[in-house]
Amino acid sequence: MEISLAHYLALAAILFGIGMFGVLTRRNAVGILMSIELMFNAVNINLVAFNRFVTPADFTGQIFSIFVIVVAAAEATVGLAIVLLIYRNFRDIFVDNINLMKW
Amino acid sequence: MDSAIVPYLFYLFSFVIVVSGLLVVTMKDIFHCALFLILCLFSVAGIYVLLGADFIAAVQVLLYVGAIAVLMIFAIMLTAKVSGIGIKQQNEQVPIAIVTTVAFVAIALYGLGKTIWNIKIDAVIPDNTTMAIGKLLMTTYVVPFEIVSVVLLAALIGAIVIARRN
Amino acid sequence: MREFSWIIPLLPLLSFLVILLFTRENRKLSSAISIGAITIGFIYAIGLLIRQLGDNSEFEMRFAWAVFPTMSLEVGILIDSLTTMMLVVVTTVSMLVQIYSLGYMHGDPRFSRYFAYLSLFTFSMLGLVLANNFFLVFIFWELVGLTSYLLIGFWFEKKSASDAGKKAFITTRIGDMGFIVGILLLSIYAGTLNYKEVFAQAAGGVIPTAALSLAGVFIFCGAVGKSAQFPLHVWLPDAMEGPTPVSALIHAATMVAAGVYLVARSMAIYANAPTAGMVVATIGIITAVLAASIALVQNDIKRILAYSTVSQLGYMIMALGLGSFTAGTLHLLTHAFFKALLFLCAGSVIHAVHTQDIQFMGGLRGKMKITFWAMFIASLSIAGIPPLSGFWSKDEIVTSTMGHPVFMVLTLLVAFMTAFYMFRLIFLTFFGTPRDQHAYDHAHESPRTMTMPLQILMVLSICAGWVAIPWLKEGYSMFVYFHEPEAAQPHYLIMLVSSVVALSGIGLAYLVYYKRSISADALATKFKPLYTTLYNKWYFDEIYDRVLIKPVLALTSGLWTFDNGVIDWVVNFFGKFTVWVSDVKQWFDVHIVDGAVNGLGYTVWSFGALIRQVQTGRVQLYGFFIVFGIVVMLLIKVV
Repeated sequence: MEISLAHYLALAAILFGIGMFGVLTRRNAVGILMSIELMFNAVNINLVAFNRFVTPADFTGQIFSIFVIVVAAAEATVGLAIVLLIYRNFRDIFVDNINLMKW
Repeated sequence: MDSAIVPYLFYLFSFVIVVSGLLVVTMKDIFHCALFLILCLFSVAGIYVLLGADFIAAVQVLLYVGAIAVLMIFAIMLTAKVSGIGIKQQNEQVPIAIVTTVAFVAIALYGLGKTIWNIKIDAVIPDNTTMAIGKLLMTTYVVPFEIVSVVLLAALIGAIVIARRN
Repeated sequence: MREFSWIIPLLPLLSFLVILLFTRENRKLSSAISIGAITIGFIYAIGLLIRQLGDNSEFEMRFAWAVFPTMSLEVGILIDSLTTMMLVVVTTVSMLVQIYSLGYMHGDPRFSRYFAYLSLFTFSMLGLVLANNFFLVFIFWELVGLTSYLLIGFWFEKKSASDAGKKAFITTRIGDMGFIVGILLLSIYAGTLNYKEVFAQAAGGVIPTAALSLAGVFIFCGAVGKSAQFPLHVWLPDAMEGPTPVSALIHAATMVAAGVYLVARSMAIYANAPTAGMVVATIGIITAVLAASIALVQNDIKRILAYSTVSQLGYMIMALGLGSFTAGTLHLLTHAFFKALLFLCAGSVIHAVHTQDIQFMGGLRGKMKITFWAMFIASLSIAGIPPLSGFWSKDEIVTSTMGHPVFMVLTLLVAFMTAFYMFRLIFLTFFGTPRDQHAYDHAHESPRTMTMPLQILMVLSICAGWVAIPWLKEGYSMFVYFHEPEAAQPHYLIMLVSSVVALSGIGLAYLVYYKRSISADALATKFKPLYTTLYNKWYFDEIYDRVLIKPVLALTSGLWTFDNGVIDWVVNFFGKFTVWVSDVKQWFDVHIVDGAVNGLGYTVWSFGALIRQVQTGRVQLYGFFIVFGIVVMLLIKVV
């Protein structure tokens, strides 16, 4: 069967869902960050797929996905720095227990 | 690409992505999760290749796998003392999260199916995407390019400041 | 001159007001004002008498005071021979009593008030005498009763005095109720209350006889009360608690005579309603006999005189009831003088020996010459010894009973008893050996202010009755008459019989109390039951107390308890109810109002407590909410 846009989009959706599930359920802070990376990847797949099927001559989608990757890197950096800081202060990276904002 | 094996490759890569993704989000040992993340990212790079975005695939491998995943592993190792056997890796939101996620994905797939995509049938996939992307980055998208570098700089400084030992 | 005769009562009224308002502290001035007022009145009254003697015509002055469709109430003066005679009597005795009081009441703390009251009384009595209609006479009637109450209870610190004042007022009030009924009857049947008009109608037969009789009887009720006739005589002996000059003035000469005056004035009614007249006469003679019998055994000097007054008033009433205007009014005149004299002498004696019990007196003749002679003369007069004034009036009374044998016998019996008890008094007080040596030693004659009135009254007691000597061509009966003047006739047999009766009474008293040939104690023990009954005044007070007073008091007490209980219960109930209501409200306030407020607060708090659980502080929960929201939105969009 011809692999069309829909297939790629479906894949991206599923990957996005998996990543979302991970964000909502993982207790380890690093785990959450990894799940977020999955979501980013899903988005990227989407962008590139659209670029390939809808505007093949134009590379806007791919450039966009480059930027997404770069920003994801920056975000992972800062996020992991924060995780390290939390680890240092609380001796604990299970986000369940980090509830200073509790009522 | 030879269009005959595309579907097989696609399904292969998709399978790996989905399975490793699931494993990433459900594994008990966080280190194993990181490893499966790497596998997943590689597979995504493979998908990019199937889509004819070779530069993006390369960038993916370089950045995601080479930098971010390694960063993750560093972080895991620096916070390793916490993880141990018997500690739950997933919180109590699992059931509702499953429900919601499934719902979300279902709706998305449903929407996907119903939409009529504006697909260009005979599309010419350029061979060398790298040069084209490079040109575009320097001309049309130079401003976002510069800004992104500033963002990277900020992230760099920020990370250093945050994680600094006083 | 007659137009201004309203000055006569007005001056004492002014005296009363002035003394009470301005001159209470100044005793001399107060008494001077009072005596001055009455003296002027006396002179004016004498003037009126002289004028009336010259021209015996009626004079009337009328003012319509309140005019109603059926009748009008008026104020006015009526002056005729009866009025002038009464005016002279009242002013003379009042004046002499007031002069006497200067000495008797000397040193009393309420000296000025005494004279003020006396002036008020004089005003009321003079007004009563001058009035020309029943309404006005009733007003003054009540005023006289009021002043009598004030004066009887003058020494109100003594419970017996204040009780006596109350007794007098209440007893006369009962009589006054009848009086009012009589007045109302007259106003209904005659349509007017003016004397002349009513009497004209009575004589003319306009008023039906039955109504006239009834009216007469009821009006007589007033006289029964005021003149202390049976059965309302019980207040007069107790009224002796008042100062002796008061007894002399009010309860001998003037106020008690008001009843007699009223009956005399209303003679037209009694003449034209013989039944009423007979009722009057019967009551009169019963009173006379009753009172005289009690006086026989009393030991208080004033009580003896009080019962004597009641008895003599009975004489007057009886005479009027039997139709003899002359006899009744003449006796009123003479009695006023000698009874006032008797009382003033008694006052003098009491002043000297400081006791009122004749059992402790004796032999005072030597120590109080003027008093003794005055009292002796007065007693002779009351006993009816010729030629003193009492003889002539007593004779007239006996004459009036001609044709009524029962009345005549009883009258003569009373005459005997009167002579007896009066001389018992004289012998026990002034003769014999003193029974209380201490009192005897301190006895002395009274000061001049007290003895001077005695002397004047002594003269009057002798000659006041001479105006009615039957051999006179223009005697009393030609001046004061009812219907038409009649010439007096001498009745020799009656004169003889009454003199004999009087002398035998004196003789018996002489034997028992002076010579001691008959022992009083032996008599007392022999007739013990009779003696005890008489001594206890025929138990009238006790009977009234048991039959009337105690039940009424019990009833009032019962009603009071009921009233108190009911009202108290109601008030308490309201109190408790209010407390209960406030309790309810408090409960309401605490539980419901506060509950609502607290409940609101609690509700908000619990809502908050419920809702803030969203703020787990765990970001993943927030993330879940975001995703959930997106899913819901998508669902809505897509489905």
